[in-house]
Amino acid sequence: MPKDHGIGASPKRREDVRFLTGTGNYTDDINVYGQAYVYFLRSDMAHGNIKNIDTSAAEAMSGVVKIFTGADFEGVGGIPCGWEITDKNGDAMQEPAHPVLAIGKVRHVGDPIAAVVADSLEEARNAAEAIDVDIEELPAVVDMKAALEDGATKVHDDLTSNLCYDWQFGTETADVDAAFAGAAHVTTLELTNNRLVANPMEPRVAVGDYNRAGDHSTLHTTSQNPHVIRLLMGAFVLGIPEHKLTVVAPDVGGGFGTKIFHYAEEAFVTFAAKACNRAVKWTSSRSEAFMSDAHGRDHVSKIELALDADNNFVGLRTDTYANMGAYLSTFASSVPTWLHGTLMAGNYKTPAVQVNVKAVFTTTVPVDAYRGAGRPEATYQLERLIDKAARELSVDPMALRRQNFITSFPYATPVAVEYDTGDYNATMDKMEELMDFPGFAARRAASEAKGMLRGRGVNCFIEACGIAPSNLVGQLGARAGLYDAATVRVNATGSISVMVGAHSHGQGHETVFPQVVAEMLGIDEGMIDIVHGDTSKIPFGMGTYGSRSLAVCGSAMVRATEKIINKAKKIAAHLLEASEGDIELKDGQFSVAGTDKSVAWGDVTLAAYVPHNYPLEDIEPGLEETAFYDPANFTYPAGAYACEVEVDPETGKVTIEKFVSADDFGNVVNPMIVEGQVHGGIAQGIGQALLENCAYDENGQLLSASYMDYAMPRADDLPHMANYVVDHSCQTPCTHNPLGVKGCGEAGAIGSPPTVVNAVLDALNSGNHDVEHIDMPVSPSRVWEAMNG
Amino acid sequence: MHMSDSREINAPTSEVWAAILDADVLKQCVPGCTEMAGNASDGFDATVVQKVGPVKATFKGHVTLSDLDEPNSLHLAGEGKGGAAGFAKGGADVTLTATENGGTLLHYEVEAKVGGKLAQLGSRIVDGFAKKMADQFFNNFKDAVEGPSEEGDATEETGEKKKGWLKRIVS
Repeated sequence: MPKDHGIGASPKRREDVRFLTGTGNYTDDINVYGQAYVYFLRSDMAHGNIKNIDTSAAEAMSGVVKIFTGADFEGVGGIPCGWEITDKNGDAMQEPAHPVLAIGKVRHVGDPIAAVVADSLEEARNAAEAIDVDIEELPAVVDMKAALEDGATKVHDDLTSNLCYDWQFGTETADVDAAFAGAAHVTTLELTNNRLVANPMEPRVAVGDYNRAGDHSTLHTTSQNPHVIRLLMGAFVLGIPEHKLTVVAPDVGGGFGTKIFHYAEEAFVTFAAKACNRAVKWTSSRSEAFMSDAHGRDHVSKIELALDADNNFVGLRTDTYANMGAYLSTFASSVPTWLHGTLMAGNYKTPAVQVNVKAVFTTTVPVDAYRGAGRPEATYQLERLIDKAARELSVDPMALRRQNFITSFPYATPVAVEYDTGDYNATMDKMEELMDFPGFAARRAASEAKGMLRGRGVNCFIEACGIAPSNLVGQLGARAGLYDAATVRVNATGSISVMVGAHSHGQGHETVFPQVVAEMLGIDEGMIDIVHGDTSKIPFGMGTYGSRSLAVCGSAMVRATEKIINKAKKIAAHLLEASEGDIELKDGQFSVAGTDKSVAWGDVTLAAYVPHNYPLEDIEPGLEETAFYDPANFTYPAGAYACEVEVDPETGKVTIEKFVSADDFGNVVNPMIVEGQVHGGIAQGIGQALLENCAYDENGQLLSASYMDYAMPRADDLPHMANYVVDHSCQTPCTHNPLGVKGCGEAGAIGSPPTVVNAVLDALNSGNHDVEHIDMPVSPSRVWEAMNG
Repeated sequence: MHMSDSREINAPTSEVWAAILDADVLKQCVPGCTEMAGNASDGFDATVVQKVGPVKATFKGHVTLSDLDEPNSLHLAGEGKGGAAGFAKGGADVTLTATENGGTLLHYEVEAKVGGKLAQLGSRIVDGFAKKMADQFFNNFKDAVEGPSEEGDATEETGEKKKGWLKRIVS
């Protein structure tokens, strides 16, 4: 019988009470008395030299407080990149300056040129129209391969070229070449991982405030990691020490990665609030979000797989161009390298794997992590390629995968990571069962009777979550540690506030984290609240991304709670006049083993704060503990996904009839929330596979900057819930964190795109259309062209 | 985008040539034009109000003429800034060829591009819009040069517009 509380139960999300009743507190709900508003004048050219900015007419307009341009930020640091990549020659990546407001040049449509601070947003916007900007247009740099040709227009004049780095990783070239030379069959595939815009429901907002009396700056912002913003903005951009800067990320309406990064607008409002001695607020419009939120994906790859005569994978080689956009966003450089290359082995025991990545500057919006960040790109290449190999060799795609699975753990891949545990056949078996393989032939026949083509696609994936061991990522170029922290504050009456570094913006931490503490202490979850998102309230935290919250911050919380239990046992031992070693904690009662003597949780906590009868000579009063947790390894969730699609040969439209995911997330704390995370991730993956595409024209103009042109998935693009099956019953617990959890936030977005594309190609080939590949989004026009071209 | 088309205008090339260089004619012919000032040697300053899909904007721009080979060909280049709506810029190569019946064959090759919000919101409709603008311009131009067709042109309200450019100036 399912549990009704603690770990493994599915209580409803407590945060939803406020979200569903309109009583959440989002950044745009925050208004500071007397605040001014900023409107950013953004470049509508992709690339150009700024010849002159005349703000005189605008400054004279009503309501204008001050107009800022790049010149006002001379002496102020630029937006930093958090990860230095070393290229294959041992040289550091090329790292261009990233000014808060453009200096000298504009480098993408949306690059901020000037910022108007005014009494109202309308006045700021009107004044921005009156700014006369003279820009000498330069050729746009859009195509990555062309950008690397000799003589190509440079995005950054002070760099030697548009190449950020040329990275190579994995097996030595000679060994990979030997594997290919000896292969019985080589399958090659060229593909594009389409550029996406994250589109969280809440656009970005930032409110900067400055208190002259205390020389203290406060930034309210839509961030997934307020401490990271405090660190980057305080130390690298504005030079504000931590004790003079508070960053608050209140309720945040979705992030999907794009709210990890430190953005120019955050630095601007903090800077301007001090300069104007007045709070300054910025609220992004949806149009602005399209051209200022970091984009995702945008890789162009060639991947080759070598197989021996028995269809064993013997070598894998990739060559990827990764778009960085115009500047290096916070974690942009790590996505195509350490978050992508290290996963290229997938679930397979391929002995030789080499990854090559060229990161390229273009005159487009910066590209950074988006749900999955590097792992979807790796999975998509590998799983599309294996499907193609199976078709070329006329073997069952399931059998080909199973034959090459890693089956013993721990397993060190040729691309540096060591999988601690897993059972890929188990998730494959579960997926096969849920997908009803035996019934497929009849379903295909039924579809064909209607004039439709039916296809089934399968996919396996592995991801690295819970980033990360700090000493390891430090060696790889990360400029920060990636531990997390939690403080468990037990109050006198026994209620608990847990201050956690992980930020919750849709993940349900406020529900899940108390389940863990309640389970450990044996008390009611209702006695525990989570505090997050405010650097003045929480000890520290590296934030929420990479499916790390429970695995890393949750582990810190477990460690802090263990410290609480140890201290509480000392207090209980004193109250019970027993030896500490004999004290047991069960169901919120401390008892002396083998006796009926016990003291309740609330009595112990009260004694800690009213220490009249208390071992003051041994321990301090109070009951509050903090723990920092630095993981020993990544976690490695894995899964097997499948879907069945119908393709209408008349129109090329793809309909997803059924989708099944079988994931191994290790232990699961709240099954309902895990299922919700996977449902959402798959929906985003289906969006990438069928609908979403961020398009630029050859002039660097952003063409898909509204929901008229950027197609988001809607409910009717997804299968009905009865055919949208999410399973997490295969569980190999993580071996190195105290909860045995692996992380579930990104799996759906990683595993679903190749599943869908494989299914579409299976459908087309079943109708005797010999189609090898269609790039995402697999839109009706692309499918129709592939069938009829 | 690239557009090209031809119009046969029932007027000699010299008359067509003169019309192209006239600010009043241009104002009359550019769809949505509210202001047009200047001359052939300095160029023209224009204000045009247009709605492209969801974006309505006032474009202020400057048009320059170059490569003038009277009365055979010239190049027009223009750029209009629409503030928050973005920009439109383009160029047109216009050639005039005398026809056997004393008229003029006007041929144009237009290169145009848009940027900013116009591209972001209107990219799917901008090609069609530009084609329509060009068609309207050259239709208006043909009408302006030719003047009203002979007696029997019934549409009263267009009567004044149909009055030929040269005739209006001399009358």
